[in-house]
Amino acid sequence: MSTTKDQTVLDQEEAELARQWTGRIRRLLVDALPPDKLLPDRQPSYLSSWIYIFGALTIGGLALVILTGTVLALEGPQWWHVSSIGLFVNSMHLWSVEFFFFFMVIHLWGKFFMAAWRGNRQLTWMTGVVTFFFSIGAGFTGYVSQTNFDSQWIATQAKDGINATGAGAFVNALNFGQMLMWHIVLLPAAVVALTGLHILMVRHKGIVTPIEVNGTEVPHQGTQSESDPS
Amino acid sequence: MSETTILQRRFNPDRDARPWQGGSRPYDLIKEVTICFLVVTVLVVGLAFLFGSPDDKAISIQTWATANQIDFAQTSISELNGTSGTATYGPPYNNFVGSSQSLGPISLESWIGVHIPVNPAQDFVLGPLSTVANAPNVTRALDVFNAATPSQQLAWETNYATAVSHASSVNGHLVVPRGAYGPIGVMIGQLTAMAKSGALDSAMVDQSGFYGTNYTKSLLYIADSTYFAAQGTAHHLSGDQWGMMNETGNFPGQAWLWLYTFWYQVPPFSTSANADIQVSALMGLLSLLLLLVPFIPGLRSIPRWTRVYRFIWKDYYRSQG
Ligand code: HEM
Repeated sequence: MSTTKDQTVLDQEEAELARQWTGRIRRLLVDALPPDKLLPDRQPSYLSSWIYIFGALTIGGLALVILTGTVLALEGPQWWHVSSIGLFVNSMHLWSVEFFFFFMVIHLWGKFFMAAWRGNRQLTWMTGVVTFFFSIGAGFTGYVSQTNFDSQWIATQAKDGINATGAGAFVNALNFGQMLMWHIVLLPAAVVALTGLHILMVRHKGIVTPIEVNGTEVPHQGTQSESDPS
Repeated sequence: MSETTILQRRFNPDRDARPWQGGSRPYDLIKEVTICFLVVTVLVVGLAFLFGSPDDKAISIQTWATANQIDFAQTSISELNGTSGTATYGPPYNNFVGSSQSLGPISLESWIGVHIPVNPAQDFVLGPLSTVANAPNVTRALDVFNAATPSQQLAWETNYATAVSHASSVNGHLVVPRGAYGPIGVMIGQLTAMAKSGALDSAMVDQSGFYGTNYTKSLLYIADSTYFAAQGTAHHLSGDQWGMMNETGNFPGQAWLWLYTFWYQVPPFSTSANADIQVSALMGLLSLLLLLVPFIPGLRSIPRWTRVYRFIWKDYYRSQG
């Protein structure tokens, strides 16, 4: 049997909800990314250039890298030396990595020449750059985890560069077990997480407007500058 | 910052962008990403089918010693007498002084010190030989060697190094000219036999127990050989051939390392004893610049100066007249 709560209890609950961690985080997330920002069905009319496709192509490349890598992981290292299906999946993994990087680098230079960090998008740019660096690490550890001549050669060549910085004490390219762990756990987790963050930031800010120079003013209202919290 | 400072702050076209108040049109992001994924899949399946991927067999100590036992014996004596690349590497493998790289007074390598201890004489030669059973001549040779004074050991080693530089292969056997090298002839002879049989490969990995996943010592040993370097050069993979970013065959390799590899090809780095740390420092600096482009005046104006954006947004600027 339910009785209506009296007003003081209701007020207390109201106050508690306002302070609640869970509630605060939900409100923060919904404010930052309401559904029509997270998955908009319209885009500003200046978004019409082939360069915009490269971010999406990079996502496609990354998805295929993860997918083929997962198949390789399920079968375990060395499968691709002894099975023709294994070698084919390995080849797909290699080529998807090549495409992933190719698309990412075009995306990077595209965003550079669009000065896409404008209007408080510095963090979007920076997560992109950090993702690029982590991807290089992921690629490198993959090359040395192949358990073939290339991995022996690359590992023994690269060790001098890594050792010279002092990092070699902790990142040992000659230690297969360690490299495999970096390659299939730590670095992919970082790349995927960073990519997710990157894309959420893009959605939060919306696609950057064209560069404004004298005579080509964008239809606008107010200024969004570095110090603007929005 | 307070609202007034925002208003006072001058609009900077390299830093600021105003919220869009113009028109929009329907755009299907999910469909775009899905199509992109399918396009990449088709491209990747095609290239994997056409070109495959390189998979040259790994080189074991057995492959190496079988292909060139003289090189194996020569490399092994350099491990024993402490003149090999690994023995003279210094940190992080051992305390050899003088080969660590530095930037001016800064040598991170030697500050961090030995972290992955490798003692080639013990780990590559004496250790594996001590596992040999039922070979009284080998046990005796080791006993004699271990009982000798360091200067006696060194004399034998030096004499053997000279003799083995004139070694030959006769009917598959290693033949080293006679010399005053005491027990070393038996020792390196036995080690070569172990290497050719494959026993040395497992003896090296067995140092870490049943489950081996760490090939640091075997790889360092193999990389000290002339054989391994020659394999790399034959595949066009040596350092001055842009080797670090490439792989065997005509595959694109780690093309994204081009800038890093580039520095090794040009002076002053191509002739520097500290090239690795210098190139790493330079790349670190350039990476930092790339990361911080949005904040660096001048650098962040390049897009506006080069006017590539006019081409990217040409529809938009055309509509602006
Ligand atoms: C895993 C790698 C990456 C993925 C999957 C990715 C994906 C995307 C996507 C889908 C977009 C929105 C669509 C577009 O403008 O293309 C975007 C925007 C952006 N990306 Fe990336 N990106 C990656 C790496 C990078 C890198 C390396 C940089 C630059 C150093 C970068 C900088 C940016 C910037 C500044 C934007 C905002 C563009 C705007 O507001 O118009 N991204 N990214």
